Parts: sequence; C-alpha cells; structure tokens
Amino acid sequence: MPGSRWSGHPRFLLAFRLLAALLASMPFLFLVSNIAAQSLGPDPGQEVTELLGLAAFQLLIATLCMTPLKRWTGWSGWIRIRRMLGLFAFFYATLHVLAFLQFILGWTDLWVTFTKRPYIVAGALSFLMLIPLALTSTQGMMKRLGRSWKQLHKLVYPSIVVAWVHFIWQARSDVGEMVFYGLAILVLLAVRWKWAGSRGMIPFVRG
Amino acid sequence: KSLNFVPMPDYSTAEEKTPFKDVAQYNNFYEFGTGKGDPARYAEEMTVDPWSLGVEGECEQPGEYALEDLLKPHEYQERVYRLRCVEAWSMVIPWIGVPLADILKRLQPTSRAKYVYFETLHDPDQMRGQRSLFSTIDWPYQEGLRMDEAMNELSFLAVGLYGKTLPKQNGAPIRLVVPWKYGFKSIKSIVKIRFQEERPETTWEMIAPQEYGFYANVNPEVDHPRWSQKRERRLPSGLLSPNWMETVKFNGYGEQVAHLYKDMDLRKFF
Repeated sequence: MPGSRWSGHPRFLLAFRLLAALLASMPFLFLVSNIAAQSLGPDPGQEVTELLGLAAFQLLIATLCMTPLKRWTGWSGWIRIRRMLGLFAFFYATLHVLAFLQFILGWTDLWVTFTKRPYIVAGALSFLMLIPLALTSTQGMMKRLGRSWKQLHKLVYPSIVVAWVHFIWQARSDVGEMVFYGLAILVLLAVRWKWAGSRGMIPFVRG
Repeated sequence: KSLNFVPMPDYSTAEEKTPFKDVAQYNNFYEFGTGKGDPARYAEEMTVDPWSLGVEGECEQPGEYALEDLLKPHEYQERVYRLRCVEAWSMVIPWIGVPLADILKRLQPTSRAKYVYFETLHDPDQMRGQRSLFSTIDWPYQEGLRMDEAMNELSFLAVGLYGKTLPKQNGAPIRLVVPWKYGFKSIKSIVKIRFQEERPETTWEMIAPQEYGFYANVNPEVDHPRWSQKRERRLPSGLLSPNWMETVKFNGYGEQVAHLYKDMDLRKFF
C-alpha cells in the first residue's frame, strides 16, 4: 500500500474508516441483537457487563496498534482511525461501568465496592484515566493543548496496564486469554520504549 | 432416561424452579472450560457408562464399586433444593438421588473416619478443560466434608434432575449436592470416595485460601474478598428487572444444619 496512489484516495480512506467503524460496532450490534432475541442466557446482566468490558479492552489494544502499524507500513490511514477506535473503547468502557453499577451492584454497596475490592479499584482507575483523553480528543483541544496534548495522552499506557490487572485479577482459574492480551500489551509498550530510546528520550515522560 | 422416584416434600422448597434449560446450559464445570456455556457444549465428550467409584480409607467396605451396585439397594428421592453459587447467583433445582448418609453407612466408616474426601474424574482425553496449559487448577478436582456434615439429612448424592438422569454438564453420572454450602462444594462426576482422619485439601482452597474456605457455608455476613455475598440473583434473571434477593445464612437451611457449627467462629472458618 505505501506509495501507491489508490491508498491515499479520499474514497478509499472513507471506505477504510467506515469499515473500521463497522468492526468496532460489532460488539454493540451483537449485544443489541442478543438482548432483543433474549439469547444471553439466564444471567444476562452479568453477560452484558463482561462483554462490554472485554470490548473496551480489545478496542483499547487496537487503538495502540495504530501507530506501530503506521510506522511499519508507512501508510497514514491507520492514524486516521486511531481517535475513532479510542472513542469506541471509551464508549464501551462507559457502558461497562454503567452495566456494572446497574446489573451487578444494583447501585448498592458502592462505597465498599470502590474502596475494598482491589480489582474494581483497578478497573475504576483505568476508566478514570480514559476520561480526560476522551474529553480532549477533539481537533480543537488538540490545537489548544499543543505539546501537552501528547503528554496527556500517554495516560493511555497506564490505563491499559491497569485494565489488564483488572482482568487478570478476576480470572479464577484459566489465565490463558489474559496471558495472550498481556503479551500483546507488552509488545505494544516495548516498541514505544524502543522508539523513545532511539530518539534519546525517556519514554512516557517526554514527548 | 426417565427415573422412578419418591417426591420428598419435607426436603423440598416450594419456590419457583429454575427452568431445565437454564439448569442444563448455565454451568460451572471447569473440566470442560471456564465459560458458562462450555460444559453444555463439551461434556458430551465424557463417557459416563460404565462408571465406577473407588472407595478407600477408614472404612470396612473399601473397593471398586460399579455405580449400579452402589445405588441398587436404594430408592430414589426427589428433593427440590436451592443452589447458591459463590459467584452470587442461585437456582432452584429438583434433584433425583439418594441421601449421602445412606450410602456412606453401607461402606461402614470406622471410628477414625473424621472426614470424607471426594474426587472428580481426571481424564484430559475426555475433559478438554484439563488439557488447558494455563489452568491454575491442580487436577483432579477434589472436595471434602466433615463426617457429621456428610451424615446430615440434607447431604445428597444426585443421579438425576427434573425426573431424568443427570445431563453430563451437571455432573453425570453421580454428584454431590450440599445445599447449605456454596455450589463448588457439590462436586461433580465423582470417581473416588475416601474416609480419612485428617481434613482433606480442597481444590478452591488450594488455589485461593483467602477467598474459598473448607467449610464454604452460604453466609451473607462473610463477603468474598472480591464481591459481596449479601444478595444473590435468582436465575433466570432479567436484564431490566434483575431478580435480586437477600442471601440467607446457610442458604435457608439453618434449622437442619446450624447446630453443626454452634461453637465455631464462621468468620474464621468460612
């Protein structure tokens, strides 16, 4: 793709973004259709909450894949969908938090849950770190914040690590899936460490 | 297969039963995977006929028993019990089976028998969950009861539910049902019974002793470290109208079992 003329064509880019949006919407469409068909089993609240959390986590990982993909392929289309994927991740994370409060807690035991349950604290931290990122995701905020925008958005790294902790803490016996995601995150952070090192900078601290 | 049984209203709750399809499709049976739907999908890979149980330890009648021989002298009963999972959901299930005490008595435990140990089939060829490289469970799955708990009138060995032989995902061909304890105590697909003097190690206690105790009595006063045990979702639960209810100590069976623990600090022995 790099260098070829069609890959930079506006229509191709539009189609690419639409396709990415469609893929990112799949978990939501899956949930809506299964809720409508009442096919989520006898404990749908639990099911919905888990699915939303996993979707948020997967999209966050996908978001972090875009910069390396751009560097390796040389094609800037990847960067054009990065913000959208990040906002999808935030969308699912928000629904996940609401689903947890509504379906699992029933809005009770809030204080105990958010102070005493370590994996909930981890999940909450991860979500809190995403909020400023979502709020400053517009072009306007990007311009206004200038260099500090980049600094601020490095919050995504601790957020994803804490999200992983949130998951692995819940695995009751089979950690295979989370080992896989953990390795993926490790690779995504390691390449950034390497780039930062090659520019003589301390990663995650300076832009 | 349909079974002949005697209904036992004295041992049955009149609460609304959880429909068969939910009982048979929403299971924790990690031998077949950790997803709730995995056991229903993969338990077919297990052969349950013929089946035999090894009986060993402190008893007069040790040996290898064919399942039919172990069950033959007994009449099947139907008991509708509440099942409270440690994960804060619950069901109401009509079990078919035999009181555990009736079978244990025939095996003639000696005076040194203080505990009964149970073990689930361990066969990775038939149980794909046991082939997982990332499982932290040290197979086989094992559970245990104190002798007086095992001899309690409520402890039950189930061979069926809803009038028919147990679906494989529910622990065919024979499983324990201990209704006042969290579901994980009710071990499935039993291949070994051992009478012993020392308290047996149990699977979940070995994995996370701070979260799962040996006794595992249903108790709203003692939270799981990761979630509250005060309430439960009775299944099936709706999305917009979750079927919440207050969890009752000993799962509502205090009258029959509270005396077993009268001198114990249940916060310590959870």
